[in-house]
Amino acid sequence: MKEGLRELPPLPAILDPGNSTRNKTGGWGAFKPNIDKNKCVYCLLCWIYCPDAAISRLEEENKVEVNYEYCKGCGICSQVCPVKAIEMVRR
Amino acid sequence: MFLREIRFHGRGGQGAVTAAQILADAVFREGKYSQAFPFFGAERRGAPVMAFARIDDRPIRVRSHVYEPDYVVVLDPTLLEVVKVTEGMREGGILIVNTERNPEDIACETCSKVATVDATTIALDILGVPITNTAILGAFAKATGEVKIETVLDSIRRMSPAKPEENARAAERAYSETKVLEV
Amino acid sequence: MPEVRVMSGNMSAAYGAKISGVEVIAAYPITPQTTIVEYLSQFVSNGELKAKYIKVESEHSAMSACIGASATGARTFTATSSQGLALMHEMVVVAASMRLPIVMAVVNRTLAAPINIWCDYSDVMFERDSGWIQIFCENNQEVLDTIVQAYRISESKEVMLPTMVNLDGFTLSHTYEPVEIPDEDEVRDFLPPYEPEYKLDVDNPMTLGPLVTPDYTMEFKYRMEEGMEAARKEIPKAQEEFHKLFGRKYDVLDGYMLEDAEYVLVTMGALSGTAKETVDELRKEGKKVGILRIRVFRPFPREEIRELLREREAIGVIDRAHSYGSRPPVYLEVRDSLYGEETLVNSYVSGIGGRDIRTDEIKWIFKDMEDSSKKKEERMHWIGLRR
Repeated sequence: MKEGLRELPPLPAILDPGNSTRNKTGGWGAFKPNIDKNKCVYCLLCWIYCPDAAISRLEEENKVEVNYEYCKGCGICSQVCPVKAIEMVRR
Repeated sequence: MFLREIRFHGRGGQGAVTAAQILADAVFREGKYSQAFPFFGAERRGAPVMAFARIDDRPIRVRSHVYEPDYVVVLDPTLLEVVKVTEGMREGGILIVNTERNPEDIACETCSKVATVDATTIALDILGVPITNTAILGAFAKATGEVKIETVLDSIRRMSPAKPEENARAAERAYSETKVLEV
Repeated sequence: MPEVRVMSGNMSAAYGAKISGVEVIAAYPITPQTTIVEYLSQFVSNGELKAKYIKVESEHSAMSACIGASATGARTFTATSSQGLALMHEMVVVAASMRLPIVMAVVNRTLAAPINIWCDYSDVMFERDSGWIQIFCENNQEVLDTIVQAYRISESKEVMLPTMVNLDGFTLSHTYEPVEIPDEDEVRDFLPPYEPEYKLDVDNPMTLGPLVTPDYTMEFKYRMEEGMEAARKEIPKAQEEFHKLFGRKYDVLDGYMLEDAEYVLVTMGALSGTAKETVDELRKEGKKVGILRIRVFRPFPREEIRELLREREAIGVIDRAHSYGSRPPVYLEVRDSLYGEETLVNSYVSGIGGRDIRTDEIKWIFKDMEDSSKKKEERMHWIGLRR
């Protein structure tokens, strides 16, 4: 932040909502999940467990997909998938 | 005055902070005074993290951040695009980077030496996880000569939270594989 | 042979509690204190420390548990920071007014809002009036040593007041440097087991902290002040004995290059180290400057400060906290100590919310002191404010 005293608001607040979506954390990890849609049974465990809410539901297909703009490659989705549909691969 | 100041750049979870601590221990075992401390931004895995270390032949009293490092160590190659890792580096300093690239391809205007090692591959091979902090210490020993590799290995064995032998091997392999270019 | 290890301020605090033979620990985690309680719980679980570790659900409960334990005669320890200390506030005053020698490591971190995990002294200054003895450490060795000394001071019969041992968040808590760990046997010579005169005991029941009407409350509060007066004598005694046994010298005030100093900067905590380095650099340029580090803030060493500072050209006081609507706390107390003297005293608010304090800034402060002394004007600055 380059703002000085007068450019900051008088109270500690972020005045433009949703700005965390601008912070694309997808570049942070060494690994990325690959979801095999054929194996996916739409149990949604990966969707619930993802700490960055980086897995989206494709409701028309009954499948999930990864949002790579935010996925940090932590591998939790791969760990919890009951049908082993998610493989972590080197980025 | 002997004081050497070092800045580590990493991401939360890669062990940049532990690297500085292990270095402080190794330096102390060789009879010098040392200090190591972190500076976190967001407390979050993957967020850019800095760690500082100081080496001196007398007790270190200064506690501000390191603004003019003699040595800069980069644990994650993706940081080169996001952070100006060479900011404030003293003339003739040494830059050490974990990367697949060669030293010739890393820019540093004021450096006397640039060193590179593919610490991520070494870590994945030996430890199974891309935690590059112990490997990068091997590169540090090779590029700067500030500590002997034997002392570094000893400190690693003593201070590793897990897999002490494997971590020591990672540092040893990095020590031999590090490429140092005099600029 | 005492062991020397490269370790963090938090580890040093944990070792300080361990070698003091604490019997009950009740604490709740908060950055940057967390690893103190992690290390202590490890010591307890692997048998290195024979103590009871109580997991509590908040800092308020932590202090409540400590009060209960200490009241039965157990040597008790806890640690916290910032909002944790603020949450504990209600029980902090009870601990002191019940005259319980609890020792608490406060890893200084600024108070919210905004949320900020880094260091300043707003958290402990919030507890200034509580009746706790308050000591500020410059390095990790001092953290360990001071916790040991704190039990000796707090448990002495005339004092019976708890002690806060303050260490800078991150600058000390997470900084690794060499620290000597005294032998536990030698510590036992310095610190006999805690034998209180008054304790909760089913064989000899008493009621601690009942309702007291205005007829008698004032007297109990006055006895607390007498405890502080007693601490003025016990603290130097404890420091001397510590020096004899362990070789390290500590004092209520730590003066650096004071003998012929014309300009003296008053500091507390870890930034004193950076300040001392700066003084060395300025001395090479011929400047007659010095540092006075206040180590013991409560009881406040008024007479000693008056003696040391009255004949200087100018004094600067660095505060890492402020009292909104008035003056910063350390500045006020230093100035009050110099009441009646003509010494010029300036206030420099610095290092708020973890803002790093650099050698350049300290040099600027000394220059400002010199300038203000020539113009005979008192100055107040917030250092490095982005205007």
